[in-house]
Amino acid sequence: MSGGFFSRGFRGRRRPVEQGTQLPPGQYLVEGFPVLSAGPTPRTPLEEEWDFSIIGEVDEPRRWTWKEFQALPSEEITRDIHCVTKWSKLGTRWEGVSVDTLLEGVETAAEFVMAFCDGGYTTNMPLEEVIGGKAWVAYAYEGEPLEPEHGGPVRLLVPHLYFWKSAKWVRGLRLLNHDEPGFWESLGYHNHGDPWREQRYWGD
Amino acid sequence: MIPGVSSATGGTSAVAVQPRRLSWQLAEVVEVVPETPRTRSLVLEVAGWKGHKAGQHVDIRLTAEDGYQAQRSYSIASAPEDERLVLTVERLEDGEVSPYLTDVLMAGDKLELRGPIGGYFAWEAKDGGPLLLVAGGSGVVPLMAMLRHRAAVSSDVPARLLYSSRSYEEIIYRKELERLVAQDGSLEVIHTLTRSRPKGWSSYHRRIDLKMLKEVGPPPAERLLAFICGPTPLVEGVATALVEIGHDTLYVKTERFGPTGGGG
Amino acid sequence: MGEFRLDGNAAAGPLREVFSFEVTTAQYSCVGCGRTDRLGAAMVYEVRQLGTIVRCPSCDNPLIRLAHNREGYLVDLRGTRYLTTG
Ligand SMILES: Cc1cc2nc3c(=O)[nH]c(=O)nc-3n(C[C@H](O)[C@H](O)[C@H](O)COP(=O)(O)OP(=O)(O)OC[C@H]3O[C@@H](n4cnc5c(N)ncnc54)[C@H](O)[C@@H]3O)c2cc1C
Ligand SMILES: [Zn+2]
Repeated sequence: MSGGFFSRGFRGRRRPVEQGTQLPPGQYLVEGFPVLSAGPTPRTPLEEEWDFSIIGEVDEPRRWTWKEFQALPSEEITRDIHCVTKWSKLGTRWEGVSVDTLLEGVETAAEFVMAFCDGGYTTNMPLEEVIGGKAWVAYAYEGEPLEPEHGGPVRLLVPHLYFWKSAKWVRGLRLLNHDEPGFWESLGYHNHGDPWREQRYWGD
Repeated sequence: MIPGVSSATGGTSAVAVQPRRLSWQLAEVVEVVPETPRTRSLVLEVAGWKGHKAGQHVDIRLTAEDGYQAQRSYSIASAPEDERLVLTVERLEDGEVSPYLTDVLMAGDKLELRGPIGGYFAWEAKDGGPLLLVAGGSGVVPLMAMLRHRAAVSSDVPARLLYSSRSYEEIIYRKELERLVAQDGSLEVIHTLTRSRPKGWSSYHRRIDLKMLKEVGPPPAERLLAFICGPTPLVEGVATALVEIGHDTLYVKTERFGPTGGGG
Repeated sequence: MGEFRLDGNAAAGPLREVFSFEVTTAQYSCVGCGRTDRLGAAMVYEVRQLGTIVRCPSCDNPLIRLAHNREGYLVDLRGTRYLTTG
């Protein structure tokens, strides 16, 4: 019904893109940091309950308490992020643990990984998309501890894929021999989700 | 009743209402009426509008020239009996849609909407009462539709509105509420102001709490229909308090406007 | 900032584009915990532009997952045992 109709004078909360800025197709810049939550914000007690684990097709499961996790070597990461809902943010600053660090010494023949989270959210990726300096488990954003509504205490950060892959409240990675669709991937969203190839939906 | 199967009885020639999935349609803005410094009412002409129930809402969709869209829900302020559809929108300073609706939209502009929707948060005079309406800021909008409907059909269902606003100037529909109360002994409106109050203000001046709800009543022994609407924290606080007081959750209905949806 | 949840009633728009009956007064039965209630009294998480997730207020199980794909919708009802119309 919207065929041809537009709202006089409406632009939305978008910033004009400066010359020379490269954005993936169909994306625009936003002010602020939109909050997208598919469920209630979990509040798992950090000291008593929280842990991060690597499970599934591995020689031996790995597990870190909050204290152990914070003691892991961390990295500072500055990257552009792109949400499938079409907003992008340039040069966001994060701090966290590289997935390479977490997988160090893990023996596996798995080719896929499923991130799992407090609240039941999941997202799937080929293992090769999260290794080789491409993915982190981040606990700080712009120099501050990551806020719960943005995924704190930790969220996955896979900036080269659409942002729903950067799972909030992530609690671990399950390594798999076969691929399985996660929360949005089973709801019509693209299994791979590369913003530069505009892989938004099934069939893109 | 099975949807889509008309239960036509007897020899009436009633046309079976076809089940119809909802879609978007264009409305025309007939008038923009300032209500308070931060709220405007939009009076709309909607071709083929099939009527609504008090408490229902519409979804509004804005489309930029390059195809970008934003969508929000707005409660219907007018009574089903009113000639025109009216929405009342509060401007959120950092909002994407509400400032457009309050500041940019003018008479003659077109607006895409879908509705009426949300039969759960709705009231008709035949549903009875007594009614307890609790509002924060623009949360008063769907409750006003209920009061306007109640007045339009001269219902004598006892009704109380407990209404939280930031300041006296920000009370939406203040004069109309005064008028309704003056002409109707079974309607009570109780205000509370949370930020500032005029000299001589004798009513509440704090956030709605359990004590206030107990005082405003009615007691739980009386089975009431409660409708609570406004920003999510206010709605959740009031709903919890009403249940704590002893009201039956089945008759306490809530409509959260979102984390910032409306002051009070 | 608080939670971004809304009432089931707030999802009436997209749901009425999919179903031909008034969904918010329909009863659901939750696969997670067996609760039965009106859908309008469930919780809604609106993930703007992405989808609408209706959750059981007792156990947070997603009753209805509705994704806004391209022009249409994809609806996943595996969290609902049944829906009965009002
Ligand atoms: C059923 C229903 C009926 C409503 N009826 C009315 C009415 O009658 N009158 C009225 O004035 N309002 C009403 N609202 C609220 C309205 O839909 C909008 O939420 C409000 O106008 C703000 O929209 P905005 O685009 O201006 O602000 P937004 O751009 O949405 O944002 C404003 C601020 O809120 C935050 N925010 C709020 N919700 C979200 C979210 N889901 N995701 C991300 N950020 C969020 C933003 O971060 C920002 O700081 C109703 C809401 C519902 C659900
Ligand atoms: Zn349940």
